[in-house]
Amino acid sequence: MVTRRRILTATLASVTTLSLVAACGSGEGEGEGDGGAVTLTITANAISGGKNAAEADWIRDWVIPEFEAAQAEAGNDVTVEFLEEGVDDEDYKTKIALDLQSGEGADIIGIDGIWVGEFAEAGYIAPLSEVGGDAVESWEGWDQMSEAVQSAMSFEDQRYGVPQGADGRVLYYNKELFAQAGLPEDWQPTSWDEVLEAARSLSSLDGVVPIQLNAGTAMGEATTMQGLLPVLAGTGQEVYSEGMWNGDTQGLRDALGLYATIYGEELGDPILQQEAAGRDNSFAQFAAGEIGILLEGDYFWRSVINPDESIGTAPMANRDEVVGYTLIPAQSPGSGVEGRDFVSMGGGTGRVLNPNSEHPELAWELLAFMNSAEAYTERVAGTVSITPRDDVNAEVLASDPMLTFVSENVLPINSYRPGLAEYPQVSVALQEATAAVVDGTSPEDAAAAYEEALIGIVGEENVAAGS
Amino acid sequence: MAPALALIGLFLVFPALWTIYLGMTDYRLTGLQAVDPSFVGLDNYGRILGDPAFWRSLRLTLVFVLVSGIIGQSLLGFAIAWALRRLTGWLKSLIETLVLAAWVIPASVSSFLWIALLDRRGGTLNEILGTEGTAWLIEHPMAAIIIFNVWVGTAFSMLLFSSALAAVPPSQLESARMAGAGGWQQLRDVVIPNIRGHILTNTLLITLWTFNTFTPYLVTAGGPNGASEILAVYIYNTAIPGGQLGVGAAISLIMLLINLVIALGYLRVGRARQAKPADATAAETAGGVVKPS
Repeated sequence: MVTRRRILTATLASVTTLSLVAACGSGEGEGEGDGGAVTLTITANAISGGKNAAEADWIRDWVIPEFEAAQAEAGNDVTVEFLEEGVDDEDYKTKIALDLQSGEGADIIGIDGIWVGEFAEAGYIAPLSEVGGDAVESWEGWDQMSEAVQSAMSFEDQRYGVPQGADGRVLYYNKELFAQAGLPEDWQPTSWDEVLEAARSLSSLDGVVPIQLNAGTAMGEATTMQGLLPVLAGTGQEVYSEGMWNGDTQGLRDALGLYATIYGEELGDPILQQEAAGRDNSFAQFAAGEIGILLEGDYFWRSVINPDESIGTAPMANRDEVVGYTLIPAQSPGSGVEGRDFVSMGGGTGRVLNPNSEHPELAWELLAFMNSAEAYTERVAGTVSITPRDDVNAEVLASDPMLTFVSENVLPINSYRPGLAEYPQVSVALQEATAAVVDGTSPEDAAAAYEEALIGIVGEENVAAGS
Repeated sequence: MAPALALIGLFLVFPALWTIYLGMTDYRLTGLQAVDPSFVGLDNYGRILGDPAFWRSLRLTLVFVLVSGIIGQSLLGFAIAWALRRLTGWLKSLIETLVLAAWVIPASVSSFLWIALLDRRGGTLNEILGTEGTAWLIEHPMAAIIIFNVWVGTAFSMLLFSSALAAVPPSQLESARMAGAGGWQQLRDVVIPNIRGHILTNTLLITLWTFNTFTPYLVTAGGPNGASEILAVYIYNTAIPGGQLGVGAAISLIMLLINLVIALGYLRVGRARQAKPADATAAETAGGVVKPS
């Protein structure tokens, strides 16, 4: 019995560790086929009918057949497999890290730009030109990608992957709810107070959560990226500046103070922040007209509430009429980072080559093919997104006013996370600070606890003296 | 002998030593320390013992073991076995099958069933009680995983006690009844003294299993904010998603030591019992039966 239970527990542990075994299994031993047949694998946190469905469909229905056909024409027998995932980003990251640590994994891996530093330091990924050979440097695509876009997948001035696009964050609001609460449909708040006022008006509506500002550790990086960091940027403070980490600053206390106001006055739903699927539920609630204001990236517009049901995970048929978007105001006009009136955070995902790949040069050919102008034009045909390529953007963005807005008004005011290996740990400490405040801790205590956690992560010598 | 020793060395001693070594490094899943971990001595242990999250986790684990394991599974398992002891036929089979079903359903499936039951939106329990919007797993996470674990594990105690009860000599029960003992008195004075060994074994196994179980992770993932983070889950969250493999190994070692202490404690009790064997039990039994109440 004892062994039975143990085996069961062990099996479970591995099952929960996200079908790790399955993923590893398919990564190995398939490369060396007979007669020169070659298999390449791609993995990404995208799955048909679920998360990032448009990307998954594009890889499966366009990239793979086109690439295989092109190779066949050149006389090469190449098969490409796509390992789909549709889980939380944190779980996906764990799986990828374990894959790479054990020398396994797909040949081409989709990762978040913010993981590049820690993966590179661990030796899990290597500079592209070391893996893919000379063809990498001479690739035509680099000329079409701006420095800022390329930096999302770079670490210490070396390119580790090809970026997949650029993004920015805005405040989304439900125009129907705004009308019911007597608020303007064309809403342009210029300070936190104006956002709070609108939220207070919305709180008179039954069954409506006035504002969703992500908090807590359950939402992971979404809490930092679509929550604390843009709020913090509105105070003029950054988490990392002039080579030092910033701990218990006035800016952080103010930013946490905004959380305290929103959740203390019950303008937000504190329980939602603790749910395992809280972020997806917040999407569903917004789509159902139960959330008034939501801070999210353009991802939300194109992949979540996209009216096309095969693309959006919470499709809104009347999205274009009902959903408004506006810039995120700084605490007060001019108080943002670099004296800005409005703020945003820029992230970026991309794809890297696995240094363990058995066919690295062919894998690069595939990666370059996935990032060709032709491929991106096809990628955005159904659902427009901001691509990393200037040539493609110039042609496609005009068809979607929201993404034109992001490209023209939001990208220029983007702040970026520090591309340092310690950042993901710091991010967790920031999430814990928001969780504490939502739970009733005072912003001052939470900020002090954050500084303590920060010192534990980066060392006292790397934290700026208190302010 | 030699192959057995080699196997034990390979699969038991080596991993244990490796865990001790890892626990003294700053080994991480990613970053510089993943390629080049450095030896940090007992730093990890100092950090763990100074971390309120560890003590909270330990406290939650003790509550979990006591309430869901020792009290819940053992007592409920015994109660069912006792209630069913004279039943026969289809009713007994039905009840036993139901209890066993909870045990044999794969944990990934049963945890999903429980999430569906307790979910905040459209959960079955909320539909039944009319408490729409109550987030049971967030408002009462410990209660949820305790009930879940009782539900999952009661079958083992029930089976063990069923067979133990069948082994109680009918003659003793008969004479107890003749002497006018009621159900409770028979239980206290005849049955329990006879199955003491089974109780000990059952409690030992249940304690160790419950202490080490990881299944509640599938229901609450240790959340919200660590409110149901029992030790096994705490180790996982620290080592794998948290990336701190060295610290995780150090907590594992602490957990291993606690396991050893529990096992040794029970073994001691067992040995003390064996030192003065049957006559003690017999005397208690005899004394009990004739004792008027």
